[in-house]
Amino acid sequence: MTTVAARTQPAPPHHDDRSFLRKYIFSTDHKIIGIQFLFVSLFFLLVGGLLAMQMRWQLGFPGKPMPGGGILPDTMAPGGVILPEYYIQLVTMHGTFMIFFAIMPLLVGVYANFLIPLKIGTHDMAFPRINMWSFWTFLAGGVVMLLSLFVPDGASRAGWTQYVPLSARHDYSGASLGQELWSVAIIFVGLSSILGSLNYISTVINNRAPGMTWFRLPLSVWALFITAILGLLALPVLSGAAIMLLFDQILGTHFFDPTQGGQALLWQHLFWFFGHPEVYILILPAMGMVSDIIANGSRKPIFGYRSMVFAIVAIAFLGWIVWGHHMFVSGMNPTLGSSFMVSTLVIAVPSAVKTFNWMGTMWRGNLKFTVPMLNAVAFVAMFVIGGLSGIFMAATPVDMFIHDTYFIVAHLHYVLFGGSLFALFAAIPYWYPKMFGRLMHEGWGKVHFWLTFLFYNLTFFPMHILGMAGHMRRIYDPTQYVFLQPYQPMNVFISVSAFLLFATQLIFFVNFWWSLKRGQKADLNPWQDNGLEWTLPSPAPHGNWERVPTVYRGPYELSSPEVTEDYLPQTRKLPTDREPAAATAARH
Amino acid sequence: MSWWLPPRASTFTGPIDGLFIAILIITGIAFVLVEVGLIWFIWRYRQRPGRKAFYTHGSNRAEVIWTTIPAVTMVALGLISNHYWVEIKGRNSIPANAYPIGIHAKQFEWQVTYPGADGKLGTGDDFTVRNQLHVPVGQPIVLSLSSEDVIHSFYVPQFRVRQDIVPGMDIKAWFQATVPGTYELGCSQLCGLGHYRMRAQVFVQTQADYDAWMKQAAQEASK
Repeated sequence: MTTVAARTQPAPPHHDDRSFLRKYIFSTDHKIIGIQFLFVSLFFLLVGGLLAMQMRWQLGFPGKPMPGGGILPDTMAPGGVILPEYYIQLVTMHGTFMIFFAIMPLLVGVYANFLIPLKIGTHDMAFPRINMWSFWTFLAGGVVMLLSLFVPDGASRAGWTQYVPLSARHDYSGASLGQELWSVAIIFVGLSSILGSLNYISTVINNRAPGMTWFRLPLSVWALFITAILGLLALPVLSGAAIMLLFDQILGTHFFDPTQGGQALLWQHLFWFFGHPEVYILILPAMGMVSDIIANGSRKPIFGYRSMVFAIVAIAFLGWIVWGHHMFVSGMNPTLGSSFMVSTLVIAVPSAVKTFNWMGTMWRGNLKFTVPMLNAVAFVAMFVIGGLSGIFMAATPVDMFIHDTYFIVAHLHYVLFGGSLFALFAAIPYWYPKMFGRLMHEGWGKVHFWLTFLFYNLTFFPMHILGMAGHMRRIYDPTQYVFLQPYQPMNVFISVSAFLLFATQLIFFVNFWWSLKRGQKADLNPWQDNGLEWTLPSPAPHGNWERVPTVYRGPYELSSPEVTEDYLPQTRKLPTDREPAAATAARH
Repeated sequence: MSWWLPPRASTFTGPIDGLFIAILIITGIAFVLVEVGLIWFIWRYRQRPGRKAFYTHGSNRAEVIWTTIPAVTMVALGLISNHYWVEIKGRNSIPANAYPIGIHAKQFEWQVTYPGADGKLGTGDDFTVRNQLHVPVGQPIVLSLSSEDVIHSFYVPQFRVRQDIVPGMDIKAWFQATVPGTYELGCSQLCGLGHYRMRAQVFVQTQADYDAWMKQAAQEASK
């Protein structure tokens, strides 16, 4: 019903008389909200990176004054020398910012908002105001988390996983307000994700344009839709756990305090019951967008569309029954370890299917290496490494040895940086023209890509070797251990590579800002793609379409023999196409 | 600096390193297949004027092949891994003749309790030493792990053994050292600001050396 009402409403782009505040700040337009998420989460990405640089300084050069570290207060780094209590704050906040305030909002907050209405052919989200609240609760959470770095005892010190009782009892961690603010900020994030997910699910189910059947949806929309379901079911668990943790911290409850009859492992079960679906929240949208971009760059239909959809669904389903693989050596019943191992290994199957289908898409294609395509192919190449290294830790006996070592750090960065971030470096320039009306600079985009690809591998690949040597995670000074002292040159090498990797990202940021004003103007369809969003002007106007488009085919009709060009938009009516049944339209 | 796993010093190293190598071979094949394939496609199918991509929506046969092979491999790997998992961590895996040692972890030290002359924990001749774990070589050891405060984790890389120590839980873990020497025990679960220096030395000794050490240490502890 909502769509029928919306469709009769004219949404003319030319007389947009909203005030500046309504248009750009408290906007209910899904595209502006997506762009708000983009700016804010790019800022948090930078914050997360800066925290990582300080960690890498300490690991490479333990006890030496950090260049520029003099500006930090004595509670963090007196004379520029990082303190152990500051180091574990860096560890905690790097993970927290990157996962909750950078990667997750960049993938979901930005692209679920921006792409879903544009790609399914509707004027806006099902609940635009709820959508606005989703952004503002996210921002509130981010601000609280950022402020927690500057309270007297400093930020949370318990790792992004906040294992109790370290996180619950102030006498154990040495931080009080910082720990509490962590819980509060996460409750905000949970709320934001729940509101967003509700919206994405409702919109995809109800507001698809006439003719946009389920199996004509682009894989990016499928992935974002399934991700939203994961978010809707997983984030309440995290929020609930964070509320319990906050109660333990400030109200004197003892959910997690074993000295008072609480359960320490309860937190881990709750956290990872959220946390493993979360891992897929952080990769499925990347997979979806990369699928769109690889098909476009190969000028070929996506290989095995339906098995790609089923693989997304399978990953999402299996994602609910693997959380115990984070807990093989936690003291959980080892028999449970056996079943979690099998479900974890099986999740490699849909991941393999997706990889082979991306390769199948490139096979006999006509590959055009634009910046989005380069990054998308790098996503496949790097995600494979992260996926395969996961098999080592899925095998319980091997996990007993490599758990909580740098092998895990290498693995998760191959998935989150090599996977999610490369996908974002593909997605940002790809949809940039639809957001801002201009293209990002191609040459600098390529320079950024190649340098990132190089320094990224130099940073994270050697971490596998450190992990195999038994290098523990989250230790402030590896040289304390005699068996790790010979590995110090490798730590120095990783740190230098990480600094160069960080410096390379400045190219991206400059390109991003410079192109906003100076980039080459983009026409409707700069990548010659079939999606509905490319039928709109760049940037897309408020309300998107005056009349929602009619869809005649799937999004991947590239190099179709039916037309002379190598693309065939979803909205183009060929003489053989029938109008979608009126019944279909009425159902929306 | 070695680019491989640490030296082998317990009975677990055989199965664990073996599995590691097996997975390395399996994943290595997949890795080479995918990366070489990608590079080949990037070169072979690069855009050239006048050619059009091959129009296809996929192949069910290919999907079946590349679903089945990974599925069979993964299930087989799971079964093999589980065999060793049950031997190492299973509920009944602790050998009956295992020699008991108590480990109480607290921020940021290891309190190691030895059973004394009677070989039993919880009796009057037990004694405790800080940050020193002595074990006889070739003898299964069963650790009773407890924590004073937060979660810690017992980890000796050369033994490939790790077990989290959870407050409020009494957790048992076992291992059998095979090579006499000095090793390091590290905490591998973030436990607070002193996490990085929560380490102890591990001495694997012959039975005679161990007995002599214990006699002397028991005397010193009772002073």
